[in-house]
Amino acid sequence: MAQLLHQLFSGLANGGIYASIALALVMIYQATHLVNFAQGEMAMFSTYVAWSLIDWGMPYWAAFLLTLVISFAGGVIIERVVIRPFDKAPVLASVCVFIGLLAILNSLAGFIYTYTIKPFPSPFPEKAWYGSVYISPHEGGEIVVMLVVLALVYAFFRFTPLGLAMRASAQNPVSSRLVGIRVGWMLALGWGLAAATGAVAGMMAAPIVYLEPNMMGGILLYGFAGALLGGIDNPWGAVLGGFLVGVLENLAGAYLVGADLKLTAALVIIVGVLVVRPSGLFGRPVVTRV
Amino acid sequence: MTTVSETQPPTAARLVAGLPLATWRRIGAAAAAALALALPFVASSYHTFQFTQVIVYAIALMGLNLLTGYNGQISLGHGAFYAIGAYVTAILVSKFDVPYWATVPVAGAVCLGAGFLFGLPALRLEGLYLALATFALALVTPQILKFKDFDSWTGGVQGILIDKPDAPFKLPLDGDQWLYFFCLAIAVPLFWAARNLVRGRVGRAIVAIRDHPIAAGTMGVDTAIYKSLTFGVSAFYTGVAGSLGGIVTGFVAPDSFQILLSLYLLVGIVVGGLASISGAFFGALFIEFVPTYSDQLTDLLGDRAKALPWAVFGLLLILFMYLMPTGVMGMLRRLGFWLERKSSAGS
Repeated sequence: MAQLLHQLFSGLANGGIYASIALALVMIYQATHLVNFAQGEMAMFSTYVAWSLIDWGMPYWAAFLLTLVISFAGGVIIERVVIRPFDKAPVLASVCVFIGLLAILNSLAGFIYTYTIKPFPSPFPEKAWYGSVYISPHEGGEIVVMLVVLALVYAFFRFTPLGLAMRASAQNPVSSRLVGIRVGWMLALGWGLAAATGAVAGMMAAPIVYLEPNMMGGILLYGFAGALLGGIDNPWGAVLGGFLVGVLENLAGAYLVGADLKLTAALVIIVGVLVVRPSGLFGRPVVTRV
Repeated sequence: MTTVSETQPPTAARLVAGLPLATWRRIGAAAAAALALALPFVASSYHTFQFTQVIVYAIALMGLNLLTGYNGQISLGHGAFYAIGAYVTAILVSKFDVPYWATVPVAGAVCLGAGFLFGLPALRLEGLYLALATFALALVTPQILKFKDFDSWTGGVQGILIDKPDAPFKLPLDGDQWLYFFCLAIAVPLFWAARNLVRGRVGRAIVAIRDHPIAAGTMGVDTAIYKSLTFGVSAFYTGVAGSLGGIVTGFVAPDSFQILLSLYLLVGIVVGGLASISGAFFGALFIEFVPTYSDQLTDLLGDRAKALPWAVFGLLLILFMYLMPTGVMGMLRRLGFWLERKSSAGS
C-alpha cells in the first residue's frame, strides 16, 4: 500500500511536468493546428539558460523569472523568423521545419554546454516540513508550481482582454481580423507563452532527469501522449491527460512492464488513443466539409 | 524525372545543344552507371565503404519517398524498419548460421509484414497524427531493442557482430569492393522496380490518394488497401537497406538506431526531392557526406563542434523547405525545362 501511494504521488509529480508540456503543445495546436515537435528542445534550451543564470550567481527564483522572460521572447522570435514564412505551407513542410528546429536547438545546446550531464538545483528544501515519506519535497513543490502555472494560464486566457483576443484569433481568424485584432501577433504571443510554459516544465524536470541536451526526448513523448489522451484541442483535457499519463506511466513501470519499457507504454497510449478515439477523452471530434 | 518526358513530348524543335533532352538524360544515366561501376577500382577502400553506405541509404530513401513523397503519409519513424531489417539479418547470421546474402530477402519480407501491420492503424491517422505516431515509434525503438528479455536474441546494449563477408567464386575483389557491388546489384533492380511502380497504374493511384483522397476513392481507388500496401512496400525497401547496412558495417546495436537515423532519412528525401525516385541518390550522398565534412568543423572550432553537424542539418532542412521545396531533383528538372525553352526559342 505504502509503495502504491509512493508510486501514485511520484506519478502525479511527473504528470505535472507532462501536463505543462501538453498544455504548451495545445496552445500552439489550437492556434495553428500544428504539433510542435521542437517543444521539448525549446524547454531544454530554456533550462540551460536558467542553469547559466544560476551559475553566474543569480538567486534561484530571480533566475527562474528571468528565464521565463527570455523563453517568452525566444518563442516570439522563433515564430516570427522561422515559422511565419511557412504560414500556408503543406503539413509536410511544417513538420520538416519543426524537425529542423529540434535538430538545431539540440545541437546548439550540445555545442555551447557540451553533452556532459549537469546537476540542476531544486528550489525546495532537502527535508519536508510535513514529514511525509510518500512524496519528496521537490515532487510536492513541483506539483504546486505546476498548478500555479496552470491557474495563471487559465486566468490569463479567461479574464484578460489579451487572452480573449488570443482565443478569438485561434477560433476565428477572419472575424478577429475584422474587429481589429492583429492575428499574426496573437500567434507569436501564443508561441511565447508556450515557450515559457515549457521552460517551467524543463526547470522542474531537470533536478529529476538531470540536465543534458537529450533530457526532454522522453518527456516530450509523454507530453504528446497526455495531450492526445485528453484531447489535443482541449487545454483542460490535455492537463488532465498529462497527469493521467504520469500516473499510468509510473504504475505500469512499477507493476506491469518494468522500468525498461516505460517509454513504450507512451507509444502504446499514443497509437491506442489515435486509433480508438482520435479526439481524446475530452476533445471534440473533428468534422470537415468536403 | 518521369514527368518531364510525359508532359513535354520531345519534338524536333526541343533541343538542348543540338540533342533532345531525352538523349541528354540517357547520356547522364550512362555516365552515372559507368562511374558507379568504376568507382570501387579508383577509390580507396574507406571511400568505397562510404559509397556502399550511400547505396544503402539510397535504397532506404526510395522506400521512404514512396510513402511520404508519393503517398503523402509522413513517417518520422522509418529508422525503426531499418533497425528491424538490420536485426533480422544479424540474428539470422549469428544465431542460425544463415549465409548473409540469404538474409536480405528475409529481412525485406519481415519488414513488409511489419510495415503492412503498422500501416493498418495508420490508415486512421491523417498527416500530422501519423507523423506523431511514427515519431513516437522512432523514439521508442532503441528502448525495445535494449529490452532485457530479448537479450538472448538481440545481444542487449552490446548488439551483435557480423563477420565481414569475402568475395565469392574467387573473384579478384577485396571485401569492401565486393560489398559495394553486392549492394549495387540489389539497389539497381529495386530502383527499376520503384520507377516502374510509380509510373504505372498503381503509381497514379498512390499519387491520387496523396493529392485528394476523397476524389481518388470516388474514382474507384481502394484507398485503405493502397495506403497500407504502400506502407508495407516502403518498409520493405527500408528493411532491405537496414539488412545491407548491418552487413556493411558488420555491427548492429540499439544506439545506431536512435531517432536521429529516422530524421536522417527525412532530411535525405527532402534534399533529394520529394516524389522523385532518382533523387534518392542525391539525398543519400548528402546524408552520408555532410556529417563527415561538417565533422571537420572540429578543427576550426575545437572539440565541442562535434555537436554542430546536426545544426547544419537542421538549418539546411529549413532552408530547403523555404528555398527549394522540390529538392535537388526538382532543381534539375527545372534546369532541364529552362535549357529546353531557351534553345527552342533561339532556333
